[in-house]
Amino acid sequence: MKRIICILTGACFVLFSGAAMAEDAVKLGVPGAHSGDLASYGLPSAHAAKLVVDDINARGGVMGKKVVILQEDDQCKPEVAANVGTKLVSEKVDVVLGHICSGATKAAMNIYKDSGIITMSPSATNVELTKSGDYPNFFRTISPDDAQALLQVDFALNTLKVEKIAVIHDKGDYGKGIAEFAYGFIEERGAKPVLFEGITPGAVDYSAVVQKIKRSGAEAVIYGGYHPEAAKIVSGMKKKKMDTIFISDDGVRDETFIKVAGKYAEGVYATGPIDTTKSPMAVAAIEQHKKVYGAEPGAFYLNAYAAALCLLQAVDKAGSTEFDAIAEALRTNWFETPLGSISFDEKGDAKGIGFAVYQVQNGQYVEVGQ
Amino acid sequence: MDYFLELFFGGLTRGSIYALIALGYTMVYGIIELINFAHGEIYMIGAFTALIAASALSLLGLNGPALLILAGLIAVIYSAAYGYTIEKVAYKPLRKAQRLSPLISAIGMSIFLQNYVLLAQTSDFLSFPTLVDEFAFMEPVSHIMRSSELLIVATTLVSTVLLTLFIKFSRMGKAMRATAQDKTMAMLLGININRVISVTFIIGSGLAAIGGVLISNHIGQINFYIGFIAGIKAFTAAVLGGIGSVPGAVLGGLILGWTESFATGYVSSDYEDVFAFGLLVFILIFRPAGILGRSTKDKV
Repeated sequence: MKRIICILTGACFVLFSGAAMAEDAVKLGVPGAHSGDLASYGLPSAHAAKLVVDDINARGGVMGKKVVILQEDDQCKPEVAANVGTKLVSEKVDVVLGHICSGATKAAMNIYKDSGIITMSPSATNVELTKSGDYPNFFRTISPDDAQALLQVDFALNTLKVEKIAVIHDKGDYGKGIAEFAYGFIEERGAKPVLFEGITPGAVDYSAVVQKIKRSGAEAVIYGGYHPEAAKIVSGMKKKKMDTIFISDDGVRDETFIKVAGKYAEGVYATGPIDTTKSPMAVAAIEQHKKVYGAEPGAFYLNAYAAALCLLQAVDKAGSTEFDAIAEALRTNWFETPLGSISFDEKGDAKGIGFAVYQVQNGQYVEVGQ
Repeated sequence: MDYFLELFFGGLTRGSIYALIALGYTMVYGIIELINFAHGEIYMIGAFTALIAASALSLLGLNGPALLILAGLIAVIYSAAYGYTIEKVAYKPLRKAQRLSPLISAIGMSIFLQNYVLLAQTSDFLSFPTLVDEFAFMEPVSHIMRSSELLIVATTLVSTVLLTLFIKFSRMGKAMRATAQDKTMAMLLGININRVISVTFIIGSGLAAIGGVLISNHIGQINFYIGFIAGIKAFTAAVLGGIGSVPGAVLGGLILGWTESFATGYVSSDYEDVFAFGLLVFILIFRPAGILGRSTKDKV
C-alpha cells in the first residue's frame, strides 16, 4: 500500500511539474505548408524556427523561460489555415511565426487579431496585409508584393528597354496581386500592357495562352504566380521558338523551377529578396541547417530565421507577451538578423530589406540588378 | 488563319487527352453504373510509372522513342493492375450495396492513391524528360503543331478505333455490351460478369495510363496532384458526350478541348472554365443524357 501511494505521489509530481513547465514556457506557433505541393515553401521556415529556438533555449530562453514550438500544417489552404489559427489560439500560443502563403495568412489573421496575438510571416507578401491597416498584429520579414511589381516593371522598361509587355497571372491572391500592381505601374510609366490574363492553375497545358502571348506581339511577359505553371508556360514558349522575355516573382525564384523547367529555364528573370546569404550571420545560419538537416535550406529560410529572432528578442525586450509591449518593441528596436539589421514600421513592414532581380544562368539564379 | 489553326490543334491535343481518360469513365459507367473517381489517379500513376521506368531504362542506353514505347508499355501494365485491384478491393464488395456506397468508396480510393503517391514518391514537381525529338517532317508546321502533340492525337485516334472494333466484334466485347444492357440476363446466359467488369477496368486504366504518359512527355512535369484536375475535366467530357457511350466520350473530350482553347484564344483564359462548364450546362438542358447518350427509362 505504501508503495502504491509512493508511486502515485511520484506520478503527481511528474504531472504537476510537467504542467508547470508548459505554463512557464513561451509558446511560438509555427503554422505553414508542411505537406502538399507547396511544402517546399513551408518546411524551411519550420526548420529555421526549430534552430533559432534551440539556440535561444540553450542560452537560457526569453525572459528566463524556455521557448516551445507549436507546429501546425496548413497546406497553404485558407480553409485549413483558419482551423490551424483557432487551434493555436486555443493552445494559448504567445507569438506566431507564419503563415507561409498570403491566402492562408489572410484567412487566419482575424483569429489572431481577436486574441491579441502578434504574428510575423517570413513569406506572405500580399499588400493588404500591412497597408490596409486591418491587421495591426501582422508583421513580416519580406517586402510586400508591390515592391516586386515595381522592380519588375522598372527592370523591364529601363534595363531591358522593352515596350510591349504581357501580364499573366494564376488568379491567386499572390499572383494576381503582383500582376495587377505590374499592370498599374506599366500604365503609370506610359508603356503599353498588351495583354492581361489569368490562367487556371493545374490545367493540362497552356498552349492557347502561349499562342495568345505570341499574337499579342509582347516582347516580355510578367508572370505573377508560382513555379509549376511558370515552368509550363516557359517551356511552352521556348518549344514554340518564341524569344519573349519571361519575368516573374519570388514564387518562381525557387530551385524547383530550374529543376523542372531544365534547359528551358535559362534566361528567365525572377525577382526575390536581396541576397544576404554572404553575411556572416546568414552563413552561420545556413551552416547550422546543413549540420542539423544535412541539406541546403530551402525558400524563405533566412526570412523565417530573422522572423523567429525578431519575435523572440522582442518578447525578451518587452519583458512580456502582451500585444502592445511586443508591438512597441518590434517598432522601436533594431534587430541583428541574417537579413541584415532590421526594424518594423507602423504598418508592420520591415525596414532594411528589399528585392533584387535574378536571372537563370547555367542552371542557377544569379543577381543581375536591384 | 494561323492563329485559328494553332488554337484548333492546341484544342485537339487537349481534347484527345480528355478523351483517353473519359473512355475509362464512360466504359465503367456503361457496365456497372459507377462513376470511378479514382480514375484520374490511375492517369497520374501511369505518368509516375513511366517516369520511373524511363529513368531506369535509360541506363540501358535506349533511344527516345524506344524508351517512350517501353516505359509506356510498363506504365499501361502497371496501371491496368492498379485498375484491376481497385475494382476488387473497393467496388466489388459493394456491388450489391446502395448506389452511393461505391461512389464514396471511389472518392476514398482517389484520396488514398493521391496521398500514397505523395508519401511513396514526393510532394515536389518532377521534371519529365522529352523523350521524342521533333520529327523532321513536322518542321514546316512546327509552329502550329509539335511532334508530341501529333503523337497524342494519333495515339488517341488509334486507341479509339481499336477499342471500338474490340467492343463491336470480339467475344469479350459482345459480352461487355450484353452486361451493359442487362447484368442479370447476361449472367443467366453464362457470361462471367466478374471477368467482364475486370476487363473493363483493365482497359480503361490502360487508356488513362497512355494519356498520362503522353501528356507528361508533352508538358514535361508531373506531380501527385495532376490526376485530380485532368480527372474532373475528363469526367465532364464523358458527361458532355453522354456517359456510357464510347464515341460520346471522344466527342465530348474534343468539344471540351476546343471550347477551352478557343475561349482562351478569342475571349480570355480567365473564363476558360466558365465556357467549358457553361457549355456542359447548356447541352445538358437540351440533351439531358449528353450528346450521344441514349436516355434510358429508369429500371424499376
